[in-house]
Amino acid sequence: MSTPYAKLPAWADYGLIPVINLFVAFVVAGFVVLLVGENPFRAAVILVEGAFGRGTGIAFTLFYATTFIFSGLSVAVAAHCGLFNIGGEGQGYIAGLGIGVVCLAFDSVLPWWLTFPLAIIASAAMGALWALIPAYLQARRGSHIVITTIMFNFIAASVMVYALVGFLKPAISMAPQTRTFLDGAQLPKLNWVIELFGAKIRSAPLNISFLLALVMAYLVWLLIWRTKLGYEMRTYGHSPKAARYAGISETRIVIVAMMISGALAGMMALNPTMGDQHNVALDFVSGAGFVGIAVALMGRLHPVGIVLAAILFGMLYQGGAELAFEMPAISRDMIVIIQGLVILFAGALEHMFRPYIQALFASISPKTVGIEAVKGKGA
Amino acid sequence: MDIFIAIVQILDSTIRLSVPLLLACLAGLYSERAGVFDIGLEGKMLVGAFAGAAAASVFHSAFLGLGMAILISVAFALIHGFASITHRGNQIVSGVAINFIAAGSTIMLGQHWFQQGGRTPALAPGERFEAITWPGVDAVRGVPIIGPIYSELISGHSILVYIAFLMVPFTWWVLFRTRFGLRLRAVGENPAAVDTAGISVAWLRYRALICTGILTGVAGAYLSMVQNGGFVKDMTAGKGYIALAALIFAKWKPVNAMFACLLFGFLDALSIRLQGTPLPLIGKVPVQFMQALPYVLTVILLAGFIGKAIPPRAGGVPYVKER
Repeated sequence: MSTPYAKLPAWADYGLIPVINLFVAFVVAGFVVLLVGENPFRAAVILVEGAFGRGTGIAFTLFYATTFIFSGLSVAVAAHCGLFNIGGEGQGYIAGLGIGVVCLAFDSVLPWWLTFPLAIIASAAMGALWALIPAYLQARRGSHIVITTIMFNFIAASVMVYALVGFLKPAISMAPQTRTFLDGAQLPKLNWVIELFGAKIRSAPLNISFLLALVMAYLVWLLIWRTKLGYEMRTYGHSPKAARYAGISETRIVIVAMMISGALAGMMALNPTMGDQHNVALDFVSGAGFVGIAVALMGRLHPVGIVLAAILFGMLYQGGAELAFEMPAISRDMIVIIQGLVILFAGALEHMFRPYIQALFASISPKTVGIEAVKGKGA
Repeated sequence: MDIFIAIVQILDSTIRLSVPLLLACLAGLYSERAGVFDIGLEGKMLVGAFAGAAAASVFHSAFLGLGMAILISVAFALIHGFASITHRGNQIVSGVAINFIAAGSTIMLGQHWFQQGGRTPALAPGERFEAITWPGVDAVRGVPIIGPIYSELISGHSILVYIAFLMVPFTWWVLFRTRFGLRLRAVGENPAAVDTAGISVAWLRYRALICTGILTGVAGAYLSMVQNGGFVKDMTAGKGYIALAALIFAKWKPVNAMFACLLFGFLDALSIRLQGTPLPLIGKVPVQFMQALPYVLTVILLAGFIGKAIPPRAGGVPYVKER
């Protein structure tokens, strides 16, 4: 997309504008709370207290954040290459198939620290595979990646239902889920880290995949800004024409970027399956893939921003659960609304306040926006 | 004769199932022909379905329900326009946002207003659109071949079904035989040329989106007030996306759109009909395969193995005046 706007200082661009957008999203969400007859300020207090008030809350917040870091990174990698991967949901769901097969096969033989790497590979491979076909079709057949990845979400759902009511579930059971994994496929908890700081935790599912998520965030940063491949991806994202002129293979870069994106989306399945439920169940992703879109936009496609935005959404999920408990008028669907508002204000309307902020900066100190302020006239 | 009756029944449910797709598909046609991608068809249908059923059950009037469905759906279309036309935001991101807001707010408000777990109260007979029985149905019913076709297939649908199919020639006429349609298509192909001619690109695109909102509103009203007799959460269940796929399959043409939607409706009807019954030669087909078939088919179609679909040239690109 073209941005006919003048430059702002980096802190305003990456700090101030997202904060303002987020603030507006929450103000609108506050009106929705008002509409259902509750006090938005009290709701906000319950939300934050529920998420960060006690040790258990913090652990749950970080547990939810783990999944969102993966899905946010997945969206961001594709977005840097100019691709909108809306299929994280399906890629994460289908990765459950790989995890299920690996865990069921090895959980009685191997210790967790050997099962875990195998499951990582399986989940990443399944996610990448599920992104490969839409990527190929986009690169070679010219079909729109947004539509194909949406279709693949639906196909993934059908495949997983087929697998879970078929060969993945134990023959004696009726429930469409795998048997509970043995110790060999259960990830160790990380709650002791929070307990080091003196907080008490009853039982929370925060587990070692949180560290994997942080490692992946670092690797994505390395990939995008410190490697040739990342440079090629960003080039293609900015201008496919320039990339073609520079001799970058369009097919290769689209397919590679989408497969990395799919692999990251696939890894998000590790957290809820091996880390929390210890099985693969129907619909275990439950929208986390779509949350990734909001997280990536909120974090401005930068891994640091994505980790922070993921924690914010983790807070919304954990605090939202508390909120639904305290205020019966507000259900967990409130989170879906907030998610939508964040996507709207931080994504689609990200430039809404920019002209005003620019004018403000220009009036305070013209130097910060430089001579380019004249260009802003088109806005 | 049994087979013939079965075929008529499948075709009858094909019509019923393809109507929401058709309305949504034509809705998408207006906005995409004007150069605005609209992935938010799904969300607009959902709010339309909710607003329609809610208003109908509160005011006890089907037509007030339809009006409210259209109104709310147009409002959401205007949000999409505000983000993607006025502020030149990413159209796909904006559409995704609308889908989320629709999914969350329909359940929240439904629960708050009606306390039925996100449903609206079941609509009473006067509050939904009833089937219209055509004249002479009883006289013709006994006649072989023509009888069942006339009494089952042509007669006995609600007014919205006939409106949906009448919208096909109407849309064709608007797009290809009126000044508005010519400009609308031009703004989707080359907005700069339209701008040079002294016509406002933004206002044209807004008008296209209003058309989209009206049609998605009717589509939503059909779901909650004809097909179902009440709103159920997430009742669009991906129909907006299927409609989008049908639009691409139809190469952005109204008559093709009708056939594409009928095809997807037919697949849906067939999968419901064939659940659990073994097919000759193939044996028993898993239900999940039949459910996934429309999506698989769409992917194959999109891959260009059945003709190449060329979208409007300026689609998805916000228009920036020369600077």
